[in-house]
Amino acid sequence: MAEQSRKRAGPAETVSSDSEIAAHFAVARPRVLAALTRQFSDLDAAEEAYQEACVRAMERWAADGVPRDPTGWMIMTGRNATIDRFRRDRRIVLTDAVPDNPANEDDVETALVDRIDMSELRDDVLRLMFMCCHPELDLKDQLALALKVIGGFSVDKIARAFVVKPKAMEQRITRAKKKAASVAERLDTPSLQERSARLDAVCAMAYLLFNEGYSASGGDQHIRTELCDEAIRLARLLLALFPSQAEVMGLLALCLFQHSRRRARLDADGSLITLEEQDRSLWNRQEIAEGQVLIEKALRHGRPGPYQIQAAIAAVHCVAETPDGTDWGEIERLYAALEQVQPTPVVSLNRAVALAKVKDAGAGLIYLEGVSEALSGYLYFHSTRASLLEEAGDLDRAVAAYERALELDPTEQEAAHIQQRIARCRSSEKKSGPM
Amino acid sequence: MQYAILIYANEGFFERLPQDEQDTAMDHHRQLQAEHNAKGTLGAVAKLMDTSAAMTVRKRGESVLVLDGPFAETKEQLLGLYIIECASMDDAIEQAKKLPQGVAAYEIRPVGWGGGTIAETGGAG
Repeated sequence: MAEQSRKRAGPAETVSSDSEIAAHFAVARPRVLAALTRQFSDLDAAEEAYQEACVRAMERWAADGVPRDPTGWMIMTGRNATIDRFRRDRRIVLTDAVPDNPANEDDVETALVDRIDMSELRDDVLRLMFMCCHPELDLKDQLALALKVIGGFSVDKIARAFVVKPKAMEQRITRAKKKAASVAERLDTPSLQERSARLDAVCAMAYLLFNEGYSASGGDQHIRTELCDEAIRLARLLLALFPSQAEVMGLLALCLFQHSRRRARLDADGSLITLEEQDRSLWNRQEIAEGQVLIEKALRHGRPGPYQIQAAIAAVHCVAETPDGTDWGEIERLYAALEQVQPTPVVSLNRAVALAKVKDAGAGLIYLEGVSEALSGYLYFHSTRASLLEEAGDLDRAVAAYERALELDPTEQEAAHIQQRIARCRSSEKKSGPM
Repeated sequence: MQYAILIYANEGFFERLPQDEQDTAMDHHRQLQAEHNAKGTLGAVAKLMDTSAAMTVRKRGESVLVLDGPFAETKEQLLGLYIIECASMDDAIEQAKKLPQGVAAYEIRPVGWGGGTIAETGGAG
């Protein structure tokens, strides 16, 4: 058999290190857990079965080498081990046809793995992710649950990421899991509309997770790389499952572009550096290149959506070698397109900034008037407006706008930055003011 | 003769290894590249992007379709490749053994023709 001859020869070469096995577990986890959740209609039972599969894999793989399809092996092993246990405990009677001798794991690997229906598995993974976006869960709880269930993060690690006590995080996750469980029990194959709605919800959750890492809201760290990495993994997983979904390509591209700048975004003290002031040689060129390919692939579909357009905007920034080399005309056009599909005041605010770059500060200020009411309580509306007023030479009103921004709970660093700007306005007022 | 060494593994696996193990594995790659660079036997080396970046062009019926994704859904993916001038298949196997084992499997495919050889052989025939 070809399968036999592929087994690595000699005992020295068959040994897999613990870290290799752990890496295989990490890759396999979402699919394995999703398939097991389907099998047992219960997340806790699925997690137990997953643990069981890990224990058995540790024993077998360390000695025999890692099977060619670790995911399939773990699904089958977790499933059969748990059914065995159920039978022993008489906890449940399963009518599903299961081989009588599931202990022979070589057969498990060769014969049963091929029976895993890939399209079913795709819906299983989507369902597992969708569970975490249960509408009754608040956003932080959705993210915490996703990190725990799909990412396999420890409670301690999640607690650190969200700057809460581990005990409190444990309780939140337990509560969230209970609420989410109702979705796990719905094992129907989703209709096209349902699948599309689930995909939208899961994309939104992945993007929220990314942003939670991109601009961390608690604690003293501005970027939480581990959250961004995990969000990118989720987006990759989604794209592997739904390879022709243009918005999923857009989502992954957007995350890659934003993440590519991480090393340039912080100075030695860990303070944020603005896009204009970043050292562009620190941007990750490989991630930018991958983002460009993905956005190019996505746009071929001719169905631009919010993620694709935002990714296209990020791409324009990422390919500019200097801030002055930025194609603001293109960015302004893209924001105009984004306003069509996602007409929010914040998008209009960004378009105003682009307009100011393309034309002048005055054009930006005129455009801002349209959203001044909607964004009256938004820090960045006032700081942007102030900066445009300053540029237009209207220093009194610029100072007033900066002062309004200061009232809207800026971070320490932002406040210091705004104070600097106010001082700059006042000193140039003195210089140019009447003698 | 030139030999292609094709690198296969589960996508996403390598990034999950501890950083020091990734570094050690990459050192093997750098050494092999340096060795063949010095000898002038390195034909090409490429790390491919994720298969999610791939597209496939194939004819179906009368039309040529451009599809998203890799040609084949496989359990292990083609992640990268080398083309190296080697004395023999044995030599090519020795070269593949210099690459990090355990993190990937290596398929050795002798190169039929390529690069400048097309002119000498008159093409694929």
